Amino acid sequence: MFPACRFSLRARRCVGALKAIQAEHVTPQLYSTRSSSSTVPRITTHYTVYPRDKDPRWEGVEMERFADEADVVIVGGGPAGLSAAIRLKQLANQHEKELRVCVVEKASQIGAHTLSGACLEPTALSELIPDWKERGAPLNTPVTEDKFSILTEKYRIPVPILPGLPMNNHGNYLVRLGHFVRWLGEQAEELGVELYPGYAAAEVLFHEDGSVKGIATNDVGIAKDGSPKDVFERGMELHAKVTMFGEGCHGHLAKQLYKQFNLRENCEPQTYAIGLKELWVIDEKKWRPGRTEHSVGWPLNRNTYGGSFLYHLNEGEPLVALGFVVGLDYTNPYLSPFREFQRWKHHPSIMSTLEGGNRIAYGARALNEGGFQSIPKLTFPGGMLIGCSPGFMNVPKIKGTHTAMKSGMLAAENAFSKITDENLQSETAGLYIPEYEEAFKKSWIWKELYSVRNIRPSFHNYFGLYGGMVYTGIFYWIFRGKEPWTLKHIGLDSAQLKPAKDCTPIKYPKPDGKISFDLLSSVALSGTNHEHDQPPHLTLKDDSVPVAQNLAIYDGPEQRFCPAGVYEYVPLETSDGMRLQINAQNCVHCKTCDIKDPSQNINWVVPEGSGGPAYNGL
Amino acid sequence: MSARVLVGVKRVIDYAVKIRVKPDRTGVVTDGVKHSMNPFCEIAVEEAVKLKEKKLVKEVVAVSCGPQQVQETIRTALAMGADRGIHVEVSGKDYETLGPLQVSKILAALAKKEQADLIILGKQAIDDDCNQTGQMTAALLDWPQGTFASELTFEADKLKVVREIDGGLETIMIKLPAVVTADLRLNTPRYATLPNIMKAKKKKIANVKPADLGVDVSSRLEVLKVDEPPQRQAGVKVETVEDLVGKLKEAGRI
Repeated sequence: MFPACRFSLRARRCVGALKAIQAEHVTPQLYSTRSSSSTVPRITTHYTVYPRDKDPRWEGVEMERFADEADVVIVGGGPAGLSAAIRLKQLANQHEKELRVCVVEKASQIGAHTLSGACLEPTALSELIPDWKERGAPLNTPVTEDKFSILTEKYRIPVPILPGLPMNNHGNYLVRLGHFVRWLGEQAEELGVELYPGYAAAEVLFHEDGSVKGIATNDVGIAKDGSPKDVFERGMELHAKVTMFGEGCHGHLAKQLYKQFNLRENCEPQTYAIGLKELWVIDEKKWRPGRTEHSVGWPLNRNTYGGSFLYHLNEGEPLVALGFVVGLDYTNPYLSPFREFQRWKHHPSIMSTLEGGNRIAYGARALNEGGFQSIPKLTFPGGMLIGCSPGFMNVPKIKGTHTAMKSGMLAAENAFSKITDENLQSETAGLYIPEYEEAFKKSWIWKELYSVRNIRPSFHNYFGLYGGMVYTGIFYWIFRGKEPWTLKHIGLDSAQLKPAKDCTPIKYPKPDGKISFDLLSSVALSGTNHEHDQPPHLTLKDDSVPVAQNLAIYDGPEQRFCPAGVYEYVPLETSDGMRLQINAQNCVHCKTCDIKDPSQNINWVVPEGSGGPAYNGL
Repeated sequence: MSARVLVGVKRVIDYAVKIRVKPDRTGVVTDGVKHSMNPFCEIAVEEAVKLKEKKLVKEVVAVSCGPQQVQETIRTALAMGADRGIHVEVSGKDYETLGPLQVSKILAALAKKEQADLIILGKQAIDDDCNQTGQMTAALLDWPQGTFASELTFEADKLKVVREIDGGLETIMIKLPAVVTADLRLNTPRYATLPNIMKAKKKKIANVKPADLGVDVSSRLEVLKVDEPPQRQAGVKVETVEDLVGKLKEAGRI
């Protein structure tokens, strides 16, 4: 087009050749980007931002993909995906039909990317696998004690949990969800489900009529600068009659599908929170297996939604699972959810449990809080959305696993009848299954989410947390959520940050290395790793926006909300000013950056499969 | 060339995972922890597959010793291009005490049984860092060995091996049959892509017990205890050289 483009292309080829000869350590080169005229260090090299068909380094590279057919492809090996797979195979065996079900999962093993509190309500599990106890499901800790408190800086105010309140946990189990998911995976394999951990679904495939054809797994062997390596190989295409998307909270393929099929036109935008979690082996004298503790209040102020959990597990050693949740609609860009978590542990009532103990695991994940108001359309030609991806978490109960599993089961049941119907005349090549959505609306998930729909939005009042608790007490406990109005959320989480100049920086205490810890040693405990020579999977639509907007207006909130230290603003080597450095290898796949970035410039895409955290029963 | 290559692969804890010592101090926690193929074994498999692609060898057989889970590691080797696998079943206490001596006895027995012409192993495993299995296997078979190989070429009926040694690079010529252990720069392993994993499900993995090979896997070593390395003590900052000398004298160092 313009001469400048041709020159920069040639320049890029020369630099590319030089890089091949150069040693491993490369300082960031300054290139002219096509979009802006000022020199901005190049950060993003991913092909979703710089397409390969226009990239001369990809000329002549074989881009043909191997394709295979299945009846159902499920993206995501979590509670929803595995429940759907299990239900499909149960029905197939019951009706003596052949059904090929494939599950692709980006984690290296099933359960390695699973993180949750977790206090499991066994309703969906008992529907799916009634003899779960005989089959050795790892539900080893029934809840024996339930405590709820409001914390102040020094004191703890106990709040009685009356029966009927959402946080009453009688009949539930404390589980290590990663181990539970691993067990579900074993049940699925026994039934003949094809599980493929270590392979991420990177692209949705479409038929000519626009319906979903299946997915393609990630390509491998692309270098950090976006060029092909010797070991480059294309991903594989998996075609299916129907594809179920169970990517968990804020899935990256789901994000594309919302736009493609306009699934969110009649619902509110999803709102989120970030949950950080640690596992500790504590002093045996302090261990009370089955005790469930929740708190709200300190260290968050009354207008920042969030709270903590501390569960005593009964799995052999004196283990506790504890964590902190912060609503991502917080307004102060100086807030760091990680540091709030570390500071909360120093509260006298928590420290007394942790003193003398040892931290053995760390992780973080975003969770959805939109509930009823944010449920999108769940079906589209060729596909369905299940689990936390569309988002069915019961926020006051802080439970989403049982609803995720039930949604997977409903999807499976309705897909099965359509797939095995020999007389079916489908209008589209990919099957459209609106029966799933109808069944969903008649199910107990719908009723449950409807009854708690107003609790989370009720926090948006002058009294914040306390107003919300009063509302819950009156309208949920007494009236069971039957009030005729539905409160609205306040909009996108990313739009809630106030400019840094209008906010006060928060002074966080230094970690003491015994109870509280620094970020990098925590990230090391998550076991996260990625192939270092691949394009950063945290892609920016525009490389100049972080410094120009995020840093300038909000003082770079991504360096504070990322629980893995991926984003750092560092001084430029050659001139004044700062640049954004993305340490993609640290990423724990929590998705918070994609959600909270005030400029919505960050687009999280899936890295090479089997990268990411290596959680063990988190 | 009608050569058959035996490649040993070991399932180890992934290198990026933080190890935790078991509370009873008898070993490290392995249950539920992410495992993967030893990186040097990946390089060994890649070299064997490359030789097959160059038509220098006829068949690549992947071998692993351990419990049921090592079948995943053998499948990865099959997905990279090995033709068939052999799973030597060792589990429970025997697996915990399995070391280079027993493994090399097993490999030697298998090499004779399968009539292998070449054994390629990784130079060492990243969990025990022994660096012994290749050498012991060669000794038991009385075969020549080319360890720490960074380059491997066939020349007539001999193997030219370039070895990475402390002083630099050493080139040796060894006769077949031989044992070669792979070092880091031998090659870059290919990815085990999904279509290949699916095809690998159809390749055979034979099950063998050590007793069938006439090998006794009991260990002559006993682990007394396993501990974390001692915590690094904080240093002391001094202001002047005199202070430094004074402190060193105090500590009895000078």
